[in-house]
Amino acid sequence: MTSRQDRAADLGRLMDAEGPAVRERTEAINELSSLAQRSFADFADLRSTAREIKEHSIENLPTLIDRVEEAVAANGGQVHLARSAADANRVIEGVMERHDAETLVKSKSMTTEEVGVNEHLTDAGYEVVETDLGEYVIQVADESPSHLIAPALHKSVEDIAELFNDVFEPEEPLPADSEALTAFARERVGQAVREADVGMTGANFVAAESGSILLVTNEGNARKSAVTPPVHVAVAGVEKLIPSVRDLQPFTELIARSGTGQPITSYVSLLTPPVDTPIPDFEAGELRDADEREFHLVLVDNGRMAMREDEELRETLYCIRCGACSNTCANFQAVGGHGFGGETYTGGIGTGWEAGVTGLEGAADMNDLCTGCSRCVPKCPVEIDIPWINTVVRDRLNRSGEPDEFEFLVDGLVPDEEPAGIDRQKRFFGNVETLARLGSRVPRLANAVAGTRLADRVLERVAGVDPRRDLPTLATETLREWYADRGPRVDAPDRDVVLYPDLYTNYFDPDRGKAAVETLEALGVRVHVPPVPESGRAPLSQGMIETARSTAETVHGRLVGHLDQGRDVVVIEPSDLAMFRSEYARLLPEASAERLRANSYDVLEYVAALLEDGASAEALSGPTGDPAVAYHSHCQQRTLGLEAPTVSVLEDAGYDVETSDVECCGMAGSFGYKTEYYEVSMDVGEQVRADLGDLAGVPVLASGTSCQEQLGTLYDRDVPHPIELLSPR
Amino acid sequence: MGGMDTVGTFADALEGQSTVHVTTASAFPDALESAIDPPAVGTPLPYEGVSLADAGVETDFDLAALDAARTGVTPAGLGIAEYGTVTLVSNEAGTELASLYVNRHVAVVAASDLAPDMPAAYDRIDEGVAAGDGTQILATGPSATADMGELIRGVHGPHETHVVVVEDR
Repeated sequence: MTSRQDRAADLGRLMDAEGPAVRERTEAINELSSLAQRSFADFADLRSTAREIKEHSIENLPTLIDRVEEAVAANGGQVHLARSAADANRVIEGVMERHDAETLVKSKSMTTEEVGVNEHLTDAGYEVVETDLGEYVIQVADESPSHLIAPALHKSVEDIAELFNDVFEPEEPLPADSEALTAFARERVGQAVREADVGMTGANFVAAESGSILLVTNEGNARKSAVTPPVHVAVAGVEKLIPSVRDLQPFTELIARSGTGQPITSYVSLLTPPVDTPIPDFEAGELRDADEREFHLVLVDNGRMAMREDEELRETLYCIRCGACSNTCANFQAVGGHGFGGETYTGGIGTGWEAGVTGLEGAADMNDLCTGCSRCVPKCPVEIDIPWINTVVRDRLNRSGEPDEFEFLVDGLVPDEEPAGIDRQKRFFGNVETLARLGSRVPRLANAVAGTRLADRVLERVAGVDPRRDLPTLATETLREWYADRGPRVDAPDRDVVLYPDLYTNYFDPDRGKAAVETLEALGVRVHVPPVPESGRAPLSQGMIETARSTAETVHGRLVGHLDQGRDVVVIEPSDLAMFRSEYARLLPEASAERLRANSYDVLEYVAALLEDGASAEALSGPTGDPAVAYHSHCQQRTLGLEAPTVSVLEDAGYDVETSDVECCGMAGSFGYKTEYYEVSMDVGEQVRADLGDLAGVPVLASGTSCQEQLGTLYDRDVPHPIELLSPR
Repeated sequence: MGGMDTVGTFADALEGQSTVHVTTASAFPDALESAIDPPAVGTPLPYEGVSLADAGVETDFDLAALDAARTGVTPAGLGIAEYGTVTLVSNEAGTELASLYVNRHVAVVAASDLAPDMPAAYDRIDEGVAAGDGTQILATGPSATADMGELIRGVHGPHETHVVVVEDR
C-alpha cells in the first residue's frame, strides 16, 4: 500500500474506534460554547482586550520573567527557568529528591504532557497519580490525551467501565454509569492526594507582578493538589505570563465560555504560593503550620522563545488552550485528537504548538487535516488566525521536501513559485487553474480522458486523487466566452459591477455565473466579466503561499482599474470572497488589500443590499409549487457572517428555507478528493444529511463549489447555487 | 455595592446549582441552621453581630474534625452577582480546607460585598492581592466533572453548596 492508503486506513480505524464518542461530545460542547459566546454581550470587546494583553505580554516576555522571579522569591518560593523538557524534568526530579518524596499527585497540565513529566518520574522510581478524572482515565489506559481540555473525550462511558474492570478487577464489576465510575475514580484519586508528598499543577496564567498563578478547573482536584501536600510545583510554559492580576479579568470571563460553554468553571483559583492554609497531614493526623510550605514555579521554554522570534508562529503563544478550535472543527469532530494531533497537542492550534516545540516534522500529518475552513477563527477567544498558522506550516513543509521520480510530470506543466520537492498532490491541486485552462481548449477530449479508468489510476498514483470521486466536468463554453458573445445588457445602469469569474464558475459551472449576471441585470445593474485569474485560494490551500501571493497581485492588478471606476466586485464562490476579504491582507500591500476587501461582496449579499435599497424582489424567481428549500452555507461564508443575506433573499422571493447547522460539508476544496481523506470527508458530509434529513422532493442548495459537489454526491442530485433558483426565468 | 437587584441577580445565577438563603443579621442563626448538615467546621465570620458561635460549628478545628465534618462554613470575600460566584480568601484559619474537604460548603457573604460583575469584582480582588490576600478561589456551585460521560456534581470538592446572603451587612 502507498502511504496515502496507510494514512486512510489509520484514520478509518480511528473513526470506527473513537469517532462516535468524539463526535457526540465535541458537537455538544461546540453548541454550548457557541451559545455561551453569542449570548455574552461583552464577548467581542473582551476578546480584543485579551488579545492585546497577550500581544503585549509576549512582546515584553523577558521583563515579565525577571519580574515573576523577583515576586515569587519575595513570596518565599522559587522560579526555575527550564530551557528544554530535559531541564524541566531535572528540576522536578531535584525537588522530589530533596524532599525524600515518593509520590506526586498532579492536576491536568498539557505542558507537563509536552515535557513528559510522568514518564520521567516513573522511570526514576516515583509514583505519579493524575487527579483530573479525564487524565486519570488516560493514565490508567496508558494513552495520550485526545483533546486539550477533555483528555479522555474519545472514550465512551462503556469504554471507561471496561477499562476499569480490566485493570482494577473490582469484586463487583462497575456498570457503564457515569455516577458509579466517577465515585470509583474519585475514591482512588482522593486517597492518592491524601498520601502524596508533592503536588503538581499547571497554570492557565501566571501574573508576574504578584507571582500568582490562575488555575481553571471544575473538579476541585487542582485545589487539592496545590494545598494538600507541603510542596507545590507549578509547571507552566513561559507564554503563560501576563503582567498582573488585573489582566486576568477578561480571561476569567472568556475561557470557560469558549472551552466548555459554562459562564465560569466551578473553580477559578488565584493562588499566590506558598499559601497561608495549614498543611493537612493525613498520615500524621494533624494540621501543620503553613510556614513549612514550599513552592516551585517551573517556567518552560522548550522552543517558545524561538517561536516568539518567529513572525508567523508567534501567534500560537497567545493560545489559552481552551480547545474551542477543536470542538468547532468538522474534521476533528470526525477523527478526534489521536488523528488530528501530534506528539502532545491536538486540533488546529496544535499544529502551531507541535511545529514550535516538537519541530516541523512533528506537525506534518496533523497539518493536512486543517482544510482552512476557518470555522475556528470566530471562536478563538484571543483572535488567533489558526488556518493561517496551518498554511504557514504547510508552506514550510512543502519547502523541506525532496524531489521525487514523478517531479518532471508536473514541473514543466505548472507555472508556480514553489520549490522542487513539494508533494505532487499539493502541486496538482494548487495548480488546478492551469489544468482547467489547458483542458478547456479541448473540453470534450479532456472530459473523455479524465473519465477513463486509466486516468483514474494515473491521477491516483501521481496526485493522490481518490478514484471514488468524479472530477468536475469542463463546460464546452466558459462563462467568459458566453459573456463575450452576448455583451452587457443594461444601458442606463444604477450601478456598475464586476462579476468575478472564479475558476469553477468560469470553466466548470458557467450556469451559476449566467444566473448571477441575469439576476443582477434584472435588478438594474450593469455587469462586466473581465479576465481575472483564480484568486490564489487553490495554491494557498496547499500551502503554496508564494504562488498565492503572485496570483493575488495579478488579481488585484486586473481589478484595480474597475475599482477606480467605482465598480463593486461581486463574487459567487465564497472561498474566493474569503480570499479578498481575509487572506489578501496577508498577501498584498495593506492599501491594496483594504480596497479590495471593502469593495467585494457575496452575490446574494449584494442582491440583499439592492433589495434593501428599494429594488423589487418581483424581479426574482419565486417558488412555483412547494416553497420549501434546504440550504447549506459554506464554511468560510459562515465565518464572514454571510449565511443570513442568502437566507433573507430566498425568503424575500417566497421560499421557506431550512438551514443546516453543520460547520462544514467535509469536501473543503480539494480535501475530499484526496485518497487519504476521502472517508473522513464522507463522514463529515454525512452529518449534513443527518442534520437536514432526506429532503425528498425538496431542492438542496449550496453556495460553495465543493459543497455543491459533496451534497450532490450525498443526495445523488444536482445541487445548485441559490442564485440559480432566484434568477429570472 | 449590592442593592436588592444585585442579590436577585446573584441568586438567579446560582439557580439549579446552589441553595441561596437571603437573610438578615438577626435572622442569621435560623438561616445557618437550615443550611448546615452536621457535623460542621468553619472559619470565623467578619460581620458585626453575625457569628458561628452557638450554631454547633467548630471554628478551631483540627484535622480529625475536618475529616469528620459534613459541612464547612466560611465567609466569602465577595459575591459576583452576574456569575453567582463567591471568592474564598485563603487564611491561617483554614478557609480553603473548610470549603474544600467537606461534602457541603456554606459561604456567608454580606450583601454589601456583592459586586455586580467581573470587572467590579476584579477591582476588589486586585485590592485584596495588594493588601496581602494573594490567594482567592472564585467558586461557583459544586465541584463537577463530565469526564465520565454525563455531568456529575460532586467530585474532589463539595457535592453541595449553599450561600447565605446577609442583607443588612
